[in-house]
Amino acid sequence: MNCHCVQEMLNIPDDKEVIALVGNPNVGKSVIFNRLTGRYVEVSNYPGTTVDVNYGFYKDYVIVDTPGVYGISSFNDEEIVTRDIVLNTQKVINVVDSVHLDRDLFLTQQLIDYQKEVIVVLNMVDEVEKNNITIDIDKLKESLGVEVIVTSASKGIGIDKLREAIDKNLFKKGKITPNLEKILESEGKKFSWESLAEAENVFSSSVSELQEKIYALRRTYVDEIFNKTVKFDTKNLEFKNKLSRILINPVTGIPILFATLYIMYYFMGVLVAQKLVDFTMNTVMGEYYLSYVKGIIEKFVSNTFLEKIIVGNYGILSMFPIIFLGLLFPLVIAFYLFMSILEDSGYLPRIAALVDRVFNKIGLNGRAIIPIILGFGCVTMATMTTRILGSKRERIITMFLLGLTIPCSAQLGIISGLISRLGFWYLVAYILIIGFIFGLVGRILNKIIKGESTSLFIDLPTLRIPQPSNVLKKTYYKSKGFLVEAFPIFVAATLVLGFLDATNLLHAIENFAQPVVTGFLKLPKEITEVFILSIIRRDYGAAGLVTIPTTKGQMFVALVTTTLFVPCITSFAMMTKENGLKYSVFVWISSAVIAILVGGVLAHIVL
Amino acid sequence: MTLDMISKDKEVIIKSIKSKTARVYALRFGINEGSKVKCVAKINNGPIILRKNHQEIAIGNGLAKQIEVETQK
Repeated sequence: MNCHCVQEMLNIPDDKEVIALVGNPNVGKSVIFNRLTGRYVEVSNYPGTTVDVNYGFYKDYVIVDTPGVYGISSFNDEEIVTRDIVLNTQKVINVVDSVHLDRDLFLTQQLIDYQKEVIVVLNMVDEVEKNNITIDIDKLKESLGVEVIVTSASKGIGIDKLREAIDKNLFKKGKITPNLEKILESEGKKFSWESLAEAENVFSSSVSELQEKIYALRRTYVDEIFNKTVKFDTKNLEFKNKLSRILINPVTGIPILFATLYIMYYFMGVLVAQKLVDFTMNTVMGEYYLSYVKGIIEKFVSNTFLEKIIVGNYGILSMFPIIFLGLLFPLVIAFYLFMSILEDSGYLPRIAALVDRVFNKIGLNGRAIIPIILGFGCVTMATMTTRILGSKRERIITMFLLGLTIPCSAQLGIISGLISRLGFWYLVAYILIIGFIFGLVGRILNKIIKGESTSLFIDLPTLRIPQPSNVLKKTYYKSKGFLVEAFPIFVAATLVLGFLDATNLLHAIENFAQPVVTGFLKLPKEITEVFILSIIRRDYGAAGLVTIPTTKGQMFVALVTTTLFVPCITSFAMMTKENGLKYSVFVWISSAVIAILVGGVLAHIVL
Repeated sequence: MTLDMISKDKEVIIKSIKSKTARVYALRFGINEGSKVKCVAKINNGPIILRKNHQEIAIGNGLAKQIEVETQK
């Protein structure tokens, strides 16, 4: 127990004691972590986001922020991470949501049953009154047998008391669930946290009868504590609950969902992709920057090969910074700003409930909408998030659809910008075609992949107005993370393309692809470059589209084809990691075939 | 009757949950056999939104068919 396993796991100093910050999703753990350590971490309002483990320092302690879980078990990756940290730590700060105490106390009691030294933080206490709830704190303290600190972390209330409790080392082992020892003894086991962990199947994702028996015992006990400490009145349904109904009811929810998507399209496609990018890409980068850099470089480099690589059409100091900083940077920031607002409001799980019925037809449940929406940010990241889905079958279907039909943030911005120039009906046609392919391929996969999918079972967090400071911080960190990750791939892609251009190989590839590109797809042969770039990064490929002169019809065919075209190198790598090379090669080839077939058919209709 | 058959605003008591995994999940969310829950929203052939105290959970239609409930007298 007292080994420095967590220190080793996270590579943190050995001389500091670890305090694990544990709680259900969306209870404000990360805000408390931030208040204590002064280091920012992501704060989300829907399940499954805090995948990374963050840690920071508070005096002589290392505070470890664990992913939100409903219990110590192994049902998904987040739980495994939290389980490992908790089982290897002695001191735990358990954050609970005052409004959802009956749900949250299950984890609290489980931590106590594991004989951890616990301080309970009763967070979001300002919402208690608004929801007509009263909590008898003294009774709660007495029932659990541990210290209870009342806070409203987002407003900074009670944080001093929490600091004081840590400084005074008020961590205590609480009262174990009555009769728990008896259950273990009846199985011939002596009570200890190790035997409890084994009896509760903590290291396995399957479910055992003994585990269920212990869970039921703990649930009944926790409900008793809840009933004697909490009084509430749900008769006065407040505005938030009514709004929640409106978002879930298809009659009102579907128009609201479309309106939200339209606002997103207008914000990204019109305001940012056209107006702002016109300034950043064409004026700032295209005029001022390019002429300045070209002026300097051309003085030193007269060799045409090197010159082409550095400041040519695909130059590392010409095309790369113009596209990366002038075009993608504003788009990525815009997307994450929008997503952060959506996430923090608690709207995403409600969209999951709303689309569940439709998603059942393609072998998925509504929960799959979360990776799909995240895919509009980055398909690679979304591929990783498919781990929140209940079965391998669902993950296979979702990853395929992500790779095939979902454009990532900057690509989406560019597509929105280009399509808004074509006109409204092109936008409608684009959405219908991509939506149709999404549905059709989903149905086919649902038919051919054996097995059954799991049903929706999702917690709907309280709706909240997103806090501007949190939204901005989140946007900053997500955009930064995305750009840092993209930077080397962009440099490599530019070098490859610059080399192909300088050696005339690009010309040869274009000639080779001509029968498909100009013959079948009826597009200008330069579009081949877009396809090459798309293989490396989809957004980079889409960016290439901006510079190629086309007719309206050709642009439409090109947009549909490049949207459906193969997943980028990083998401291909992620898919391989998650599902094996055979699968990712299959997705890659199928996407290419579907993209060219659909594009070709479309070309023969509209051109 | 099963959970998918109840109408909006009805209060019911959970009698049994067929799926073992769903049972364990539900216990952690705060719902066990014997819990009193209220259906606060329902999508035709789609998920059912249950409320227990202040906790709301969306349960897919397929799973709702496996949950036996009893209406409150």
